[in-house]
Amino acid sequence: MSEQGPSEPKGRGDAWTEERGTSDEGRRRLESGPEASEENRAPLLEIRELTVHHGQLRALDHVSLRVFPGEVYAIIGANGAGKSTLLRTIAGLHQPTEGSIQYDGQDVTRIRPERRAISGIVMVPEGRRLFGSLTVEENLQVGATYARKGPWTIERVYELFSWMKDRRAQRTEQLSGGEQQSVAIGRALVANPRVLLLDELSLGLAPVVVQRIYGMLPEILATGLTVLLVEQDVSQALRVASHLQCLLEGHTTLEGRPSDVTPAQVEAAYFGLAPAGGGPGSPPVIGGPGGYGGAGSPPVIGGPGGYGGAGSPPVIGGGLGGVVPPEETEH
Amino acid sequence: MVWVNDVIQGILVGGLYALFACGLSLMFGVMKVINLAHGDLAIIGGYIAVGVIAVTHIPVLWSFVIVVPLMAVLGYVLQRTVIQAALDRSILTTLLVTFGLSVVIENALLEFVNANSHSLGVNDAIITSSFSIGSQISIAYLLLLIFVVAVVVLTGLQYFLSRSRYGRMIRAVADDREAAQLSGIDYRHVFGIAAAIAFATVALAGIAYGMYSQFSPTTGTDTILLFAFAAVVIGGLGSLWGTLLGGVVLGVSQAIGAQISGSDEFLAGYIVFLAVLVLRPQGLIARRATS
Repeated sequence: MSEQGPSEPKGRGDAWTEERGTSDEGRRRLESGPEASEENRAPLLEIRELTVHHGQLRALDHVSLRVFPGEVYAIIGANGAGKSTLLRTIAGLHQPTEGSIQYDGQDVTRIRPERRAISGIVMVPEGRRLFGSLTVEENLQVGATYARKGPWTIERVYELFSWMKDRRAQRTEQLSGGEQQSVAIGRALVANPRVLLLDELSLGLAPVVVQRIYGMLPEILATGLTVLLVEQDVSQALRVASHLQCLLEGHTTLEGRPSDVTPAQVEAAYFGLAPAGGGPGSPPVIGGPGGYGGAGSPPVIGGPGGYGGAGSPPVIGGGLGGVVPPEETEH
Repeated sequence: MVWVNDVIQGILVGGLYALFACGLSLMFGVMKVINLAHGDLAIIGGYIAVGVIAVTHIPVLWSFVIVVPLMAVLGYVLQRTVIQAALDRSILTTLLVTFGLSVVIENALLEFVNANSHSLGVNDAIITSSFSIGSQISIAYLLLLIFVVAVVVLTGLQYFLSRSRYGRMIRAVADDREAAQLSGIDYRHVFGIAAAIAFATVALAGIAYGMYSQFSPTTGTDTILLFAFAAVVIGGLGSLWGTLLGGVVLGVSQAIGAQISGSDEFLAGYIVFLAVLVLRPQGLIARRATS
């Protein structure tokens, strides 16, 4: 259960507008882009029927997705759903047994990971994976070794994370988790990616830190890149995403714009429950109105007004409450 | 005064041992490969120098101009083919493969060169002459030169690793090769470069050894590899200055052992080696500098 603390209730569709950098070009693209583009614009990244095995285990089973330029595409799912495997396969660290990966109209399925990075698919790996014996600045320099041309420089990263410049000579081993995550993001940004893959940014970080890091996203998006992210923290993913896809045991169980899916559907897709009815007795509980998320007696949306007592399904996130009109969950 | 002389001789020989050891240390630090063929490669460097001198008649001291680049190329190629293929399977496989390489090299040398001992430049004045300080201390120009070369090589390597773009890439790959790939770095190429550097240093060491002493096809495993290992373990894996210190400690203990009794020379070195392994397994200077 993730507890978001006293965050403001936010509308899902316009979550971005409440964050920083509201007047930027990136946001405009975000709002008009995906909706308008699906017919007339080519996807930047297209995954077709991807199947990946880890030994005998089928980690991904015919998963497809299309990411359009300027989107924030969020993959959610429980532990072991195959989210990270999907991202690592797109980065080239796993070879699929079936299916293809198209990037910018080209088939990159068999291309080595370093070539993909140079062509603009850059991943921030799970658990940061910084070069521990190198300094902050050296980490960024390594990230910039084969950088494409673009707006991001080491100086620009220092502007984005204001603390970083003063501590650029420190080894990254000496940084806190949140600081390390920032350096990992900076290391990816200086390569000037076209598609930024973010693998579990929130892992092992305090909620406040997670919020701060996600708060940087609008500023990053404003420079014109596309984000594909994997997140276990569903409410955080819903808040930033323009498109959502839920995985369960290697299958896609839900896909759509956050404004088009109901919390009940998300819940059902996340845990693999039967399609949510929303009626009495099976109340999918999605968060509470700010702050109440972890209180133990969250308000039940769509149920007959009661409280989720003992035996009720797990609560997903927080901070989403109050935005779902009751009728949306009643059908 | 005898002891002072011993210590000085030991320190100078330690430069040679450090030259042997730094390539071994670099390959372990970067790609976790323990190269059991390291000593044989030094001997190959020596034989190539013999051949180069016989053909071109260049002075012994200048033979490195040809031998070192040749060995560097050999290092890159071997790393990208045989050693990388072993690495793709497991670290343990690299141990077997480099052991196999060592056996192959030794037997090929016995087959094609013969088992006689060779040495380099015995008639060269600078190699055989020495100068004296007082009545008891005599320093060979050659040993002094080798020591200076060792210090220059280690300093240069340290500078290269800490300041240059490729050095930074080598350290990044040593830390986390997958993360390096995500930054667009082909770690196999970086491994090749690290191996080229290691082979270049071992070629220098091989030439130096050929001038300092004699070598035969089996010298690589029964002398050089053991000394290199001892120097690396005493100094601490992955630290270049530790390697120099390890070489010096090994050299000094051998010199003192020899002073006690002629037959105790190598025994003394290995006793120190064992003592360090038991009392301070991370080495005198703990891993930090290179990786």
